[in-house]
Amino acid sequence: MAESHGGAKGTGAHTEADGGHHGGGFPPFESSTFASQLVSLAIAFVALYLIVSRFALPRVGGAIEARQNKIEGDLAEAQKLKDQSEAALKAYEGELASARARAQAIGNESREKANARAEAERKALEEQLSAKLAEAEKTIASTRATAMSNVRGIAADAAGTIVQQLTGVVPDAASVNAAVDATLKG
Amino acid sequence: MKIDPIHQFNVEPLFTIGRIGDHTIAFTNASLYMFVAVGIIALLLLTSGKQLVPGRLQSVAELSYEFVASMIRSTAGADGMRFFPLIFSLFMFICVSNLVGIVPYTFTVTSHLIVTAALALLVFFTVLIYGLYKNGLKFLKVFVPSGVPGYILPLVMAIEVLSFFLRPVSHSVRLFANMLAGHIALKVFAGFVAMLGASLGVVGWIGGVMPLALAVALTALELLVAFLQAYVFAILTCIYLNDAIHPGH
Repeated sequence: MAESHGGAKGTGAHTEADGGHHGGGFPPFESSTFASQLVSLAIAFVALYLIVSRFALPRVGGAIEARQNKIEGDLAEAQKLKDQSEAALKAYEGELASARARAQAIGNESREKANARAEAERKALEEQLSAKLAEAEKTIASTRATAMSNVRGIAADAAGTIVQQLTGVVPDAASVNAAVDATLKG
Repeated sequence: MKIDPIHQFNVEPLFTIGRIGDHTIAFTNASLYMFVAVGIIALLLLTSGKQLVPGRLQSVAELSYEFVASMIRSTAGADGMRFFPLIFSLFMFICVSNLVGIVPYTFTVTSHLIVTAALALLVFFTVLIYGLYKNGLKFLKVFVPSGVPGYILPLVMAIEVLSFFLRPVSHSVRLFANMLAGHIALKVFAGFVAMLGASLGVVGWIGGVMPLALAVALTALELLVAFLQAYVFAILTCIYLNDAIHPGH
């Protein structure tokens, strides 16, 4: 079959050779078409290879790479921002803690100061009061002593007068005094 | 109406370009569809946008790029990426040719053994030449699997050598036969519908529902096969190239 078509081809009557194909030859095995197909395939495939390797793959690969870079860049940017916000949060918390500590310190200090002042005032007042108390006690004691000596005098006078009235004898002042003292002590 | 499932594979010259020796070089319908495939691929890859969020065409272009790239990385390793343009061209050319061929009244470039054989031989010689260039005589370790006992080594080596040189045959015939058989089956079922209708009238048209449904199902299957065969061809290329890059199993 191939030989017969080779012969037809040899005459250069390609169309006539093709016209005979319908008779029952199996087209994929028609060797007369091989040369044409190989040449076409070579041209087409080389053209495709050049288009693909020179233009198409760099283009598509570039688009994919650009997207990849963009995504990675965006992720890095997001990570950076996240880190920044975390740092800010940490700084804020630190600031808050130190402010709280400072406030506590100030509170403690002022409380202690106030306590100390109150304590001092209390002490001064107490001292004042105890001094006054002591003074008052002294006054009371002296008043009482005076009073007691007055009472003794009055009692001695009264006793002398009573004894004079009863006996008509003016008693000895010393014995009256001794008797009054003994009574007061008893 | 006569069913002629072979007619669709005819190579018809559209005009003559010239002669090489005693071979007439014609621009045929096969040539036309080869350039149609190249044009579709170029259009897809060169006019798709470069947006950050891809549209549909751009997604197709990028998906095919990523698909082939990950295929090479997983089978031939990072060193295989130097063959990325070659494998990508092969995959896209076969895939687009197969898919275009499913459209009725079109020609399927890959249903011709000479085309698939040329592509398979391109891969074969790329593997052979690159393997010898890169590894020198160490490339011959491809034929000597490690961990084989000495007494059966000659037999195993003979099988390895044979299988190595039969690779382009299986590589090309697999694609060719799949495309050919699928298109013949489609044509037979579709022609059967028309034949029933033409010969039996109304009854025939009603009876033709079954083969029509089969033709529709077969078309869906052929879509899968079209992609799958391109994938198989490309991944086998990767596996063969892996031998050239890393000889010795």
